[in-house]
Amino acid sequence: MATITATAQKASPPGILANRAVRKLLILAAAAAILVPLAHAQWSSGTWPAAFTVDVSEPLGKASDWIIDNRDGHPLFLYFFGHVSNAVVLSVRAVYLALLAVGWAGVTAVGALVAWRVAGVKLALGTAAAFLACGLLGMWVPTMQTLALMVVAVLASVVAGALLGLAAGLSDRMDRVLRPVLDTMQVLPAFAYLLPVVLVFGIGVPAAVLATVVYAAPPMARLTALGLRGADKEVLEAVESLGTTARQRLLTARIPLARRELLLGLNQTIMMALSMAVIASVIGAGGLGDRVYQALASVDVGAALAAGIPIVLLAVVLDRVTGAAGERLVDDAPAAPAQWAYALAAAVAVAVAGRLAGLLEWPEAWEANIAEPVNRAVDWMTAHLYSGVPVVGGTADWAGRFTTWVLDPLRDGLQWLPWWSVLLIVAALAWLIGTWRTALTAVLALAAIGVLGVWKPSLDTLSQVLAAVAVTLVIGFATGIAAARSDRFERWLRPVLDVFQTMPQFVYLIPVVALFGVGRAPAVAAAVVYALPAVVRITAQGLRQVDPAALESARSLGATSGQQLRQVQLPLARPALLLAVNQGVVLVLAVVIIGGLVGGGALGYQVVFGLAQGDLATGLVAGAAIVCLGLMLDRVTQPTGRRTAKGA
Amino acid sequence: MRLRTTAVVGSLVLLTGCGAADMTQQASPFANARGTKTVTLSVQSWVGAQANVAVAQYLLEHELGYRVDTVQVDEVPAWDALSQGRVDAILEDWGHPEQEQRYVEDKKTIVNGGGLGVTGHIGWFVPTYFAEEHPDVTDWKNLDKYAGLLRTPESGGKGQLMDGSPSYVTNDQALVKNLDLDYKVVFAGSEAAQITQIKQFAKEKKPFLTYWYSPQWLFEKVPMTEVKLPPYEEGCDADPANVDCAYPHTPLQKYLNAGFAKDGGEAAAFLKKFRWTTEDQNEVSLMIAEQKLSPEEAAKKWVDSHESVWKAWLP
Repeated sequence: MATITATAQKASPPGILANRAVRKLLILAAAAAILVPLAHAQWSSGTWPAAFTVDVSEPLGKASDWIIDNRDGHPLFLYFFGHVSNAVVLSVRAVYLALLAVGWAGVTAVGALVAWRVAGVKLALGTAAAFLACGLLGMWVPTMQTLALMVVAVLASVVAGALLGLAAGLSDRMDRVLRPVLDTMQVLPAFAYLLPVVLVFGIGVPAAVLATVVYAAPPMARLTALGLRGADKEVLEAVESLGTTARQRLLTARIPLARRELLLGLNQTIMMALSMAVIASVIGAGGLGDRVYQALASVDVGAALAAGIPIVLLAVVLDRVTGAAGERLVDDAPAAPAQWAYALAAAVAVAVAGRLAGLLEWPEAWEANIAEPVNRAVDWMTAHLYSGVPVVGGTADWAGRFTTWVLDPLRDGLQWLPWWSVLLIVAALAWLIGTWRTALTAVLALAAIGVLGVWKPSLDTLSQVLAAVAVTLVIGFATGIAAARSDRFERWLRPVLDVFQTMPQFVYLIPVVALFGVGRAPAVAAAVVYALPAVVRITAQGLRQVDPAALESARSLGATSGQQLRQVQLPLARPALLLAVNQGVVLVLAVVIIGGLVGGGALGYQVVFGLAQGDLATGLVAGAAIVCLGLMLDRVTQPTGRRTAKGA
Repeated sequence: MRLRTTAVVGSLVLLTGCGAADMTQQASPFANARGTKTVTLSVQSWVGAQANVAVAQYLLEHELGYRVDTVQVDEVPAWDALSQGRVDAILEDWGHPEQEQRYVEDKKTIVNGGGLGVTGHIGWFVPTYFAEEHPDVTDWKNLDKYAGLLRTPESGGKGQLMDGSPSYVTNDQALVKNLDLDYKVVFAGSEAAQITQIKQFAKEKKPFLTYWYSPQWLFEKVPMTEVKLPPYEEGCDADPANVDCAYPHTPLQKYLNAGFAKDGGEAAAFLKKFRWTTEDQNEVSLMIAEQKLSPEEAAKKWVDSHESVWKAWLP
């Protein structure tokens, strides 16, 4: 039965799609037939016509000057931003001092005991090991700085996100207003938030925390709303029939029923906050990110890695613990308060004992230096792979060929196309895959890029993104299929994916340049490394979730394993594969700015330039163009209702 | 209900609105954790600047009993942070006329802290092994002859002139255009990327042309020879679009936050006196960048062997 539907599905889409698609294309063609000659007659050059651009650099420059001149006198700053900023500094400082006062032994014990209570013995051991590893790498103090910043940022994000989510979950009107905003925020690359925040709050921790909150709150809001809306109608009716008030229903039924989504939201918020806390080192966040960033200056991959590993460990531990807590919360009754009391007492005991024994600061004798061996390994690798490898050629040769044969033609092609034809192609693609609404958004986003006057660099960036997405999808689908078919391979792959997904992108800047030289090729490589884990995961998950009955019947019909894959698994996993494409695009775009740091040029370089020179006009315009590109690509690759979870 | 909302709003206003809060007088939450006197120094991304800060930090901590925090930010944002008092001092500035006008002359929130003793110079460089093979490459007039040799996939049909971090002062695009050279400026986007690429080229003895500056530790590792550009004359770089001359030699300057310069006590007095030579700075830079010593170890080594130099800086 299932096989029949599978094959039927496979056969039917072309027919239906063709009809609808042809109709859509005909309408577009008609519109084009009228508009294009007009446009062509007026502005015949290939690039975006100058008549349609708006020069925003002057007002932006003025705004930036005004802020700098009034920052220490205007009431808006004194009575509002000043207090926000002070509150952030005070709370981060309080958490940081508390962490230092508890000492390394105490922090490790508290971490492990909390993990034990919410997630079990195995994760408790893992947590303790992770904390000790941070100390061992000589990164205890920076780790605590990052942790303090994270605690404040995550709490603020959760509160803000939960409030927005409550509003959207309870009121349909709020939901309609908030949803597109949250959808858009999900697509924004993290760097885009930095510039405006820096301008208002200046370099330092307040700006970093606020940028992190803005970046990390949306998933909490989305998932809260989703949880509240998804509550079982029958349960709610039953509760209502008991004569409860609206508030009682919310507190006793709707929120408890949504706890799985709430915890998933917390998990997502923590992960995003951590990645942002690292990126925010560019604007003076301090902590681990700053160490990574400083190591870059002396081209010291080993030192960067030593600071990057604690970030990975923190991320993996926080992810697993909140994930396990979510599952437990749903399965079992909550743990008895008595056990919590024991855990608390034990933690206090360890902290006090640590204090008395003088175990506050991590002893220097216990630090291991991994920088040197890592540097030697990286040197060896780059020296032997860079060029002159027999038969296949070195990585530098590949990069050269990739630039000449893929990136150059793609960029030149896109820039050669008349501007209206680019709009038309995007409209057609978006409409074929989505609705007229998504098509309209995509076209408007692309037009906005032209209006901002960054048409050419944007197409350059677009060509890099397209090439990176193509490479990511080829490798990602292949790896994902392999992981779905072999349990052993997947078990081995999981930690590797974890590391690549959470490792700060700054760490692999140098190896990427050492292998591929300076230019657009290393930028593409960095993007592929960053986007690959999510694509592999979603693909493998999608393939594994294919109905076993369908597979079974295919097998009983004598299908070979290759046939099963091609004719049953892949078609049935189509939604997951499309989601993988969408996520791949969004993630690749998020690394465009990192690409600017290794010679990618175009929009990424302009944002970096804007941040480095405090040039709001260049940076913000390029940032806005990246956002528009993101919106356009997201809409073009978004088939149905969007799923939750960025980076799954 | 109404009453309660009023109460909430009222208490919020009380909590946040009753006093003015000056963001500009705010320290880092990580500063001062052990209750000692603190100085915050800005470290720029290049190693020479790290060397200044490492030595100043070592002496401030071990000789004067301060705690030193460092913040790594790019040059222009660092001026902004200095003006706001987030940072107390910048030890190496390569000349930012616009910022000087705004903060030193107009707002008077920053004061000049004297010279660093090091003279900085920006220029175009080719590796010495290449210059020895083709001695005439060191004159800009002959550069076009070598464009073919200096081509990379990234520069397309032209020769490649590699530029580095976007935060550095550069006129290269205008120079290439105004001198009508057959070159394309390729931005490496960060100094880390640029150095990595230079080292890779040097390993293979490949020719390259790059924007570079001295003092810089990489010269010891990859010897480079400067390409002569049309000589610098006062004012020839006034209009960024029409620059057609070499970069000037700049005596590097120190800048202090005005409040810190006045009330900074021994630390401010020490930082004003801090002055060393290019050789000294390079010695420390090399220890950090090539021997991979931590900045603190490198500073300790230098301090132990140059007592006569730094004794003079102490207040």
